[in-house]
Amino acid sequence: MKVIYILWLRELKRYVRSKAQIIASLGQPLLYLLVLGFGLSPIFRKAGGGSYLQFVAPGVIAMTVLFSATFSGIAILWDRQFGFLKETLIAPVPRVQIMIGRTAGAATVAMLQGTLFALACLLVGFRPASWLAIPAGFAFLALIAAVFAAFGTTVGSSLKDMQGFQMVMNFLVMPLFFLSGALYPLDNLPKALAAVTRVDPLTYGIDGLRSTLIAQSHFSASLDAAVLIVLALILTGVGAWRFSKIEA
Amino acid sequence: MIQVRNLTKKFGDLTAVDDVSFEVASGEIFAFLGPNGAGKTTTIKMLTTLLSATSGTLTVDGLDPSKDATAVRQRIGIVFQDPSLDQELTARENMELHGVLYHVPRKLRRERTETLLKGFELWDRRDSFVKEFSGGMRRRLEIARGLLHTPRILFLDEPTLGLDPQSRNQLWTHVRLLNQSEGVTVFLTTHYMDEAERVAGRIAVIDHGKIVATGSPAELKSRTGKESLEEAFLALTGTAIREESVGAADRMRQMARMWRGRR
Repeated sequence: MKVIYILWLRELKRYVRSKAQIIASLGQPLLYLLVLGFGLSPIFRKAGGGSYLQFVAPGVIAMTVLFSATFSGIAILWDRQFGFLKETLIAPVPRVQIMIGRTAGAATVAMLQGTLFALACLLVGFRPASWLAIPAGFAFLALIAAVFAAFGTTVGSSLKDMQGFQMVMNFLVMPLFFLSGALYPLDNLPKALAAVTRVDPLTYGIDGLRSTLIAQSHFSASLDAAVLIVLALILTGVGAWRFSKIEA
Repeated sequence: MIQVRNLTKKFGDLTAVDDVSFEVASGEIFAFLGPNGAGKTTTIKMLTTLLSATSGTLTVDGLDPSKDATAVRQRIGIVFQDPSLDQELTARENMELHGVLYHVPRKLRRERTETLLKGFELWDRRDSFVKEFSGGMRRRLEIARGLLHTPRILFLDEPTLGLDPQSRNQLWTHVRLLNQSEGVTVFLTTHYMDEAERVAGRIAVIDHGKIVATGSPAELKSRTGKESLEEAFLALTGTAIREESVGAADRMRQMARMWRGRR
């Protein structure tokens, strides 16, 4: 338990100390929120969808968590690069503890980043349907963070070096975001796209966030939560297995 | 302390370590010398549980590294060729993290951290980030960290690579001091023959995966009839330059240069 805690703490310390990084990584989602939120609002309203800012904010909050969690997980590559990974791999502790400490740290960092961005959304004019739904919203943030931190750990343990990193960004993370329904409603989609959105785990995260924050959902919050929990468990298992295979 | 008998390690067709046998006594400073690609690091990796042997037996403090990996890891300290500190943490935080990973109780952890950082002249900088440290300071911190859990054996794989003569001198002074005060056995590799001559009680020269000579620096010199250990080393291993392929680590380093500052 102490081992898990100290590695979790390390991720947190690194996060809190990189203030420039924290601000910088709020830039991209803010751009999405402001440009799309205000830019598409008139036409979205005309089509009867209400405020697009309200609609897109949970999607962009989820995006922040997705990016932050995946990157923190993949940071295994940086640790391998700068050598610190080795220090943990040769320690007389089970690998799974190290993996869990790291992944929990990555998920916590992603949640903090997501919360920070949610506050930014409030400043811009986003209002949740009910303030009482905030705790449930946090629960969904945590689930999204857990799923993608474990995903990042899995990917980071499987890649040998930095070359693979761009590939992961272009062929995994960006599609996960665009195919998730973060930017558009899931109703009446073309069949192919509808099918793809259903296999994207982020879809369920965003649907869960929307159902709690703006009381709109395509599936149901309980189905969303169930999918995410099962996936988080599976990915943690796979991540632990991949992590145990890293050669020091 | 270390017994190695008929140790062999093959990577596919390549025999990196070929029927090697040697022993290191408790409290000894033992140097493992050889040209690049001779099998030094491969042997260290097998002794430190990171690789398993193809054949042969080895024991470290009476334990088999391939069977009792966790127990062996608890008993050894390792300083690698490449740095392995967390640069975004302070010196003390690096020590603290290591102490927890090696199950050193809190009180002892604090005491040893203080003693070791003072010993390695880093106590004044204990709360500075490692990224602000010079190469010599980082090396000293790594060795201090490797000793935190009071290992029986300290493995040093080319610890002075890239350090200036002052830092090298200081580092070896500390290592010898610790060898005397804590009785820790030291297993080291280096390319600097003068260091080996100064520090090591006994030397094994390895080339092409085989041990070509063992003995004290004086014995090696008299056996080859040479004045210095460097000449003796060249007489034993020849003057041909060894080609080494560029490893994944080097490629990573190049990529990191491009990415630096992103995180």
